[in-house]
Amino acid sequence: MNKFSIKNMNLWYRDFQALHGINIEIPAHQITAFIGPSGCGKSTLIKSLNRMNDLVEGCRIEGEILLDGQDIYGGIDVNALRKRVGMVFQKPNPFPMSVYDNIAYGPRTHGIKSKFKLNEIVEKSLYDAAIWDELKDRLKKSALSLSGGQQQRLCIARALSVQPDVLLMDEPTSALDPISTAKIEELTIKLKKDYTIVIVTHNMQQAVRISDNTGFFLLGEMIEYSDTEKLFSIPKDKRTEDYITGRFG
Amino acid sequence: MWRIDEQLAELNDRLLDFGALVEQIITLAGQAIIEQDIALAQLVIDIESGVKQKEKGIEALCLKLLMQHQPVAKDLRVISAALKMITDIERIGDQSSDICEIMISMDGAPYITKLEYIAQMAAATTKMVTESIDAYVKKDLKLAKSVIKYDDIVDELFDKVKADLIEHIRSGKPNSEQAIDLLMIAKYFERIGDHARNVAKWVVFSIRGRKEKKPKAQENAEENQNQPQSEE
Repeated sequence: MNKFSIKNMNLWYRDFQALHGINIEIPAHQITAFIGPSGCGKSTLIKSLNRMNDLVEGCRIEGEILLDGQDIYGGIDVNALRKRVGMVFQKPNPFPMSVYDNIAYGPRTHGIKSKFKLNEIVEKSLYDAAIWDELKDRLKKSALSLSGGQQQRLCIARALSVQPDVLLMDEPTSALDPISTAKIEELTIKLKKDYTIVIVTHNMQQAVRISDNTGFFLLGEMIEYSDTEKLFSIPKDKRTEDYITGRFG
Repeated sequence: MWRIDEQLAELNDRLLDFGALVEQIITLAGQAIIEQDIALAQLVIDIESGVKQKEKGIEALCLKLLMQHQPVAKDLRVISAALKMITDIERIGDQSSDICEIMISMDGAPYITKLEYIAQMAAATTKMVTESIDAYVKKDLKLAKSVIKYDDIVDELFDKVKADLIEHIRSGKPNSEQAIDLLMIAKYFERIGDHARNVAKWVVFSIRGRKEKKPKAQENAEENQNQPQSEE
């Protein structure tokens, strides 16, 4: 079953067309990776999936992006959409507050006031993000005192706290050391049981290690999209082959 | 030129060199058997002693390429195929040497039968080895597939050698113990054919990303052939 269906999508930043005729089905409970050189449109596409591009002046979108069959640009409540489609960014961006308040922030915004309920959400979110054991005794400490890898897992926990369906990850490990990267990768694989995950990565081995499907983008076009193992074993398009084998440019 | 391309070119050159050495070994082994030339057989054994070292060198290069480049797609196929091929090529060299050892152990005794079919097996397996290496060099899918198919001819020849030798033993002719040696030589040639076929299969894999499969009926027939026969 597909979580997202993107049909004939074009996107412009003022006069510049950043995405051309994108058609892609993103299956539920799988990890879908977008790869491609800088400026190819992969981050633009992932940001369109929870309408982060609404915040960019001059951004215009044509075509359809369906989430569980519903057009996310067709009169849907954007806050409700972003609750369903969480996002984690390249650089960990915890709020300058305690670990606990970072996680409780989203649920509080959505009206949960019960201390008992909030405690439950904080524990579950941190547990699901595989960081509960490390932080259970430091819940009142500032999130800014954590290491980069811990901050990123905290951000994942924060994204999970509002119980989304989808987790978008825009180069989530590019600022992390190999051990923290490995922890995030392990976590991502565990999370796909409960969430649909879309990840943008420049690390092709990461796409091979964790994703089920991969899309290769170039100059705003999706050149090839298939099962990850297939794309990295027998790519159909020469441009894909050149890029993944490092002979690009 | 990208660095990986330079290293892959080196891998290609070393595989060619390795293949050429084993080609020479099997050609000379065939010649030594037919001409019952003990000096030539000894030369084969001497040449073969360098095969293992070359195999190890190529293996180390493949592992270095995997470690340095974490290759995918065609690069991964070429490197993994090379890793598999060298094992088969090394075995061809080893079994050619074994053939020569058996021949030397016969100590110049005249052959109990004409080596018509064994000579044909030697020629056929030499052709398979040469062509499987050629197919790799030229990335020639058609040639690789023809090598795979040609293995059936070698198998048929082995059956003929076996039938011929069984008949010799059954008829109570003298020097029947030599029949066992000749059967082992024929079996080594048959195995060499299998290894050359494997090399060709890896050539197909490196080009197409999947190995050539035998038709199901043939696979079943071979499996049945390998089952122990029940006594009636």
